[in-house]
Formats: sequence, C-alpha cells, structure tokens
Amino acid sequence: MFEYYLNLFISAVFIENIALAYFLGMCTFLAISKKIKAAAGLGVTVIVVLTITVPINNFIYIYFLKEGALEWAGLPNSNLEFVGLMCYIGIIAAVIQILEMFLDKFIPTLYNALGSFLPLITVNCAILGASLFMVERSYLFVESVVYGFGAGVGWALAILALAGIRERLKYADIPEGLQGLGITFITVGLMCFGFMSFGGIVL
Amino acid sequence: MDRLRKVFDDLKPSFSSGGTFERWSAIFDVVENFFYSSSRRTFGLLHIRDASHVQRVMVTVMVATLPALFYGMYNIGFQALSGAVEGGGKFTEDWHFIFINLVCNYDPNSFVDCFWFGACYFLPIYAVTFVVAIIWEMIFATVRGHEISEGAFVTTILFALCCPPDVPLWQVAIGISFGIVIGKEIFGGTGKNFLNPALTGRVFLYFAYPSYWSGDSVWVALDGFSSPTILGIGAQEGLNGIQSSYSWMEAFVGSIPGSSGETSTLFILLGLFLLLWTRVASWRVVLGVLLGTLITSSVFNLIDSDTNLMFNVTFLWHIIIGGYAFGLVFMAVEPVTGSHTNPGRWIYGVLIGIMVVLIRVVNPVFAEGMMLAILFANLFSPLIDHYVKESHIKRRLKQQVNL
Repeated sequence: MFEYYLNLFISAVFIENIALAYFLGMCTFLAISKKIKAAAGLGVTVIVVLTITVPINNFIYIYFLKEGALEWAGLPNSNLEFVGLMCYIGIIAAVIQILEMFLDKFIPTLYNALGSFLPLITVNCAILGASLFMVERSYLFVESVVYGFGAGVGWALAILALAGIRERLKYADIPEGLQGLGITFITVGLMCFGFMSFGGIVL
Repeated sequence: MDRLRKVFDDLKPSFSSGGTFERWSAIFDVVENFFYSSSRRTFGLLHIRDASHVQRVMVTVMVATLPALFYGMYNIGFQALSGAVEGGGKFTEDWHFIFINLVCNYDPNSFVDCFWFGACYFLPIYAVTFVVAIIWEMIFATVRGHEISEGAFVTTILFALCCPPDVPLWQVAIGISFGIVIGKEIFGGTGKNFLNPALTGRVFLYFAYPSYWSGDSVWVALDGFSSPTILGIGAQEGLNGIQSSYSWMEAFVGSIPGSSGETSTLFILLGLFLLLWTRVASWRVVLGVLLGTLITSSVFNLIDSDTNLMFNVTFLWHIIIGGYAFGLVFMAVEPVTGSHTNPGRWIYGVLIGIMVVLIRVVNPVFAEGMMLAILFANLFSPLIDHYVKESHIKRRLKQQVNL
C-alpha cells in the first residue's frame, strides 16, 4: 500500500510534473521566478494550498457532485457534475481566504513570508488543474491528499529550478528583443527536455 | 612564421574599431587565434594571473577527444565491415562509396580498411557540423559584436561524436543549429548558456527524429542490419543477454555498436586522464557521478525485479556501456553548465549518477540515459550552487557569532 502511494507521489512530482509536463500555472511560474527566495516562498505556498484544496474538492466531489453522490440525502438520481468547476473555484478561493486569515492571526511569521503569494495563487490554474485531474482520474480521498502534495512539490521544484537558472542568466548577454519573458519561455522549453527523461515511465 | 605574423599585423588596423572592416573583426580574431594565441593579458585590479584561458582549455578538451575520435572512426568501419561479412545487411551504396572504394577492400581484419570506411562516414558528419556551427557563430559574432569562442569547436566535435554513423546530414545540420543557436548563442555565447549546446542539439534530434537517432538498426552503417546497442540488449534480455553477446573487455575497449565516439571506454579514459591532469575536468564531478551510479545500481541489484531485466545490470557494466563514459568525461564535467562550487559539484555529480541508472532501468522508453541525466542535472546546477552558497554564508555568520 505504501509503495502504491509512493509511486503516485513520484509520478505526480516528476513524470506528470504539473508545470513542465502539463504547462499549468504558467503565469505565476514565469512572473515570480526571478529570485530564488521568492520562488521558494511561492513554491511552499502552492504545496500547502494544493495539499488542502485537492482533498477538500475530492470530498465535495464524492459526497455532493458525483452521479448518485447525494444518495445519503435521499436523492439517488442526482448528478451535479455540471457545477463542478464553479464549486472547485469557489472552494479554492474560500480556502485561500481562510488560510490567509488563519495565518495572519496565529502564525504571523509564516503569513509575512507567504502573505503576498496567497491571493496571487487563488486564480492559479495549477491549483484548479490539480483538482480537475483528481476528478478525471477518480482518486479516492487518501490518493487525493498524496496527489495534491506531490503536484505541489513538483511545481515547487520546477519553479525553483527556473529561478536558479534565471538568477544565473542575470550574467548572460541576451539579445534585446528576447530579454525578459522571451528568454524565459525558451528557458522553460529547454527545461522540458530535461523533464522529458521521465516521460514514459509507468509506475 | 614571421611573415604570417606580419600579414596579421598589417591587416589588424583595418579590422579594429574605426577600420574599414570593423564589422568583421570577429572573423579576423578567429583566424588570428587559430595561428597565434591571444595577445590579451589580464590587467587592472585583478589579482589572479594564470596561463589558462578559454582557448587553452578548449584546445585541451579537443585533444582529449582525439583518442576516442580515431578509435570511433575505426570502429564504424569495423562494425560495418564485419557486419557485412556476417551477412544480414547490405551497404547503402550511396555517395559515401565513391570515396570508400578508393582505398577500402572491405576486409574487417584490416585496420586501414576499417579506418578509411569509418572516416568516409564520420568526416562528412563532422564537416557539416563544423561548417554550420561556424556560420552561426560568425553571424552572431558579427551582429552582436562579440568574439567567436573556441567553445564552438569543442561543441562541434562533441556533437559529431554523438551521431550514429549513417544519419542524414541535413538532420546533423538542424541539430547543431539548434544546439548552437537555442542552446547557446541566444544566451550570449560560451560561458553564458545553462545547457550543454552539443547535448541540447543531440537531445533535440533524439526527440524530433527518434527513428534515426535511436533503436536497433541505426548504429551500424549497413541497410537492414539490426545490431542493438548493449543497452538495447540489456532492456530486452538483462545481464545474461548482455554477457552472452559481448564480453566485458570487448565493451570496455569498444568494439561494440554505438554512436561514433561513445563506444570505447578505454580511449575515453585516456582523454579523462589528460583532462584531470590539466585540471580542466573536476574530479569531484567524476567521482560524484561514479558514486551515484554505484549506489543506485547496487540498490537496483538488491531489489532485483523479475519483470524488468535491467535491474540486475551491475555497476561495472553500467559504466562502460552506452554513452556513459563519453557523457561523463566530456559533457558532465563541463565547467559552464555544471555546478560552480566544490560541494555543489559533488551533489551535481551524484544527481547525474542516480538519474542515469534510473532512466536506463526504470524508463522503458529511453534505453540510453546519460544524455538526459546530464541535461536534467544541468537544470538544477544553478539551484545547487545557490543553496551551497547560502549554507556557506550561514555557517560563516555563525562562526563569527561564536568568536
């Protein structure tokens, strides 16, 4: 059993890396990767948020939205999957708000570290994407916890590597027209080569 | 020789700033540097003075590739000619044979025949690589006003040595273009790139035209002749399959199918000694890679799977098959794209070692792992450096407090 979850985790981190294999969460991925420190903060935030929201959405999906999920309320023919997208977004936004307030109140140091990133990733497609993958692959609750955590770690790893490269590229002599986002796109493209080494592994 | 010096000295003013041919100064530089070493010296407040400079380092690397290069040419011929004697494949009978027929008597036991045959296949690849690379370098150097670095020559040699013998030359041209332009020049040239340009071009081709750059039938210059590399055999039949096809010594010396320069661990080792002796290569990376490979392959040997036969390939085999030696000696130790700090070099090396075995054993899609492993580690080397520096700063701060 442990081995199964380990495989799920590794494949979420490397093989199905949410940034470099599915290209999700690109806006923050490209925008906040200039400095390793900021990237590390954002990475941790994404890990935390994904580990919380994916399981919650999993819970909502299984007990409310899925076909026949409302059987416990006496509605065996219900199928609310069509409101899924809205629910997930709402839950992500709500969770992030609550998390922000909670951190502000109880762990101010962490709040100061993550503070500005939290609202930023409310609309991050990596967060929503992970929830949608969870639905598509019909993960169970524990699987969704592992998957959420793994997807977050994978994204964090990718943004850290990108930030490292971009810090080194500060000394590069990039043609004027490519400076900034242009070279970053090319860099990310080249990074995908490296992550292709995992493509095709079946765990 | 003095006369040549005089020619350069006479021409120099018109190529320096303000001269008639100012725009083409990069081209003048490269021709001059081909004959004479650069006359520029360190000046100002710098306090490190050393005989080593980019040109010298790059020439050392080029010299280090020569044993593998010459053996590679012989081996292309040996594989093809002995394959033809064995039967099962036929010569392609294309333009290569206009040249081959001049000298070659198709005898696999004759050194000259094998060498000539291989040279007729390898030299066109190298010529195309070289010409295309230099054209790109010149365009960028002229437009962007920097010099042509000798790094490009090393890139061409390394790239050509990674090619299978009878690969279409237009693909070679595309690959080296991608490597030089996207892998290096748009970042500002040698020393500013974060991926090894030769490797970038090779990987690009590997993903773009997989049927020409991997598989069983591309490694010997014969049509319809299937000769899987040792890694290919290993993936199918495991260690027993490998041992029944080739002896360890054969694989070590290098009379096995593979890309031009990668087969002979023995001759690559000669290059490694030169690089280590001249300190161009970092011994930390080399030991790190070996250590990572040893650990990972031992773990896989212990686990021993029934379904995946690559699990039982031992450390001693891993280090001599595929592109392992070539990648380790000429790609992994590259000073620009590897880690720059000493502890970082250990981590970087171990990461490559772990990844190469992981890809070879666990990933059924890619039989070869060295190329992708180095590329993967290249991505993380700036990050490794960053954290090594951070921890160093932290430690020093703490020491100060303790004082």
